[in-house]
Amino acid sequence: MPLHVERVSHQYGPVAALDSIDLDIADGETVALIGPSGCGKSTLLGILGGLLQPTAGRVSLSGKPPADSLNPFTYVFQDFALLPWRTVEANVALALEHRLSTAERRERVAAALALTGLADFAAAYPKQLSGGMRQRVGIARALVVRPAVLLLDEPLSALDAQTRELLMEDLLRIWARERSTRVYVTHNLEEAARLADRVVVLSRRPGRIREIVRIDAPVSERAAIIPEMQRKLWALIRDEAATADREVQGV
Amino acid sequence: MSERQPVPFRGGGFAPAPRRVLPWVVFAVLIALWQAASNTGLLPPLFMPSPLSVVKALVALWQDGTLVGHVTASLGRIIPGWLIGTAAGLAVGLAMGIFSAARAAGIPIVSALFPIPKIALLPLLILWFGIGEPSKIATIALGVFFPTTISAYTACDSVPRNLIRMGQSFGLPARDIVAKILLPGAMPGILAGFRISASVALLLVVAAEMIGAQQGIGAFVLTAGSLMQTDQLLAGVVMLSMLGLLIAWGLGMLERAWLKWR
Repeated sequence: MPLHVERVSHQYGPVAALDSIDLDIADGETVALIGPSGCGKSTLLGILGGLLQPTAGRVSLSGKPPADSLNPFTYVFQDFALLPWRTVEANVALALEHRLSTAERRERVAAALALTGLADFAAAYPKQLSGGMRQRVGIARALVVRPAVLLLDEPLSALDAQTRELLMEDLLRIWARERSTRVYVTHNLEEAARLADRVVVLSRRPGRIREIVRIDAPVSERAAIIPEMQRKLWALIRDEAATADREVQGV
Repeated sequence: MSERQPVPFRGGGFAPAPRRVLPWVVFAVLIALWQAASNTGLLPPLFMPSPLSVVKALVALWQDGTLVGHVTASLGRIIPGWLIGTAAGLAVGLAMGIFSAARAAGIPIVSALFPIPKIALLPLLILWFGIGEPSKIATIALGVFFPTTISAYTACDSVPRNLIRMGQSFGLPARDIVAKILLPGAMPGILAGFRISASVALLLVVAAEMIGAQQGIGAFVLTAGSLMQTDQLLAGVVMLSMLGLLIAWGLGMLERAWLKWR
């Protein structure tokens, strides 16, 4: 569903994290948020899903979320945030338990597990799974509530390069069959160039929109342009990333 | 560059390796040395009876029912005392873990009262409840209450915040966040607290029984000491050790059953 960010600013005490962000995201679009560390991209994602209250501005959705969407704004977390005492199946079912009957729940969970390739792992505990499989559980748990807006907070950052590659393929395959609006925070430029329709480049603290890069090729035909897009995005953030890297943090 | 020098290995040691037999061997050797010292007269039987005589005393006391009576009396104080203290401690500790107001109100009181050796309150509790069972049970309950409270709220703190945020982000109602995220996440810390509170209960029951009781292992050990029956005294101590081991074993079973996921 179309998502509108209007003049959103955020302060952590005296520190300005975001400064007057304006952004319209179209229905079914995938927008990547990138920027040097400390640019407030995760803060913005927190505000988008209602986990953080912005100091100023507002976020709104055009129209009402579909009736079968149990949790219109749904996150996929960098650290997976799985409950270690629940099996894969029970983790995916968590957000359905207080809303759906057992039969409906079972049906939805089974479909989500099948879509993410977890059907054989339903009874496993998170600690028994690889990082990639754990994040697939995180993705299944997000899909099972049929989100209108899917908010991904560096979902592949905790994974090794090979697993990340596999998960990117999975995400593209899943997104071809599911219609949510997606906001994807990452510091990995390849992920941004491969997965997004538009890449929003934020500046250093306080985060402002520095540039919005549209990636015109459909995701399936991108292989050739990805290196060039990565170079372009890197040119936009390189100097600020270097400054951020040399910054001494307050004690 | 001519001769090939092998790289010397230096990565050994320090990693704990399982040794199944060694603990039993050490245990057996110590007991054997003790027995030998008693046999040769190195240890006077009055001050340090031989292991064999302790075992004999233990068997005799068990068979004539003396020990059963004392153990039953002690358990009759530990069990209700521990249950009352644990129930109250969990109620207060979890409230402090969940509600900031309860925490703000509770922390100064708990911090001020926790360091008091609870046995010092027994005389006061005797004045309140009389010399009988209630004052001893209250002492144990009080001793169990504080460590349980502290372990319950620190266990709530140890639940990763990102899991709570996850629950909120999926729109779980507050009671579901408590029941499905906070409590299961706090369970390991709460069960670890049970080990501490169980040892406190054992300590306090012995101390309370030494101050004013006819029955109970503490009273039995004290009486045996006054009568210089050191073999019986040590038999009582061995009984306490076995009771402690039994409790630890039971809690271990509970942890394995409830915390399979770890």
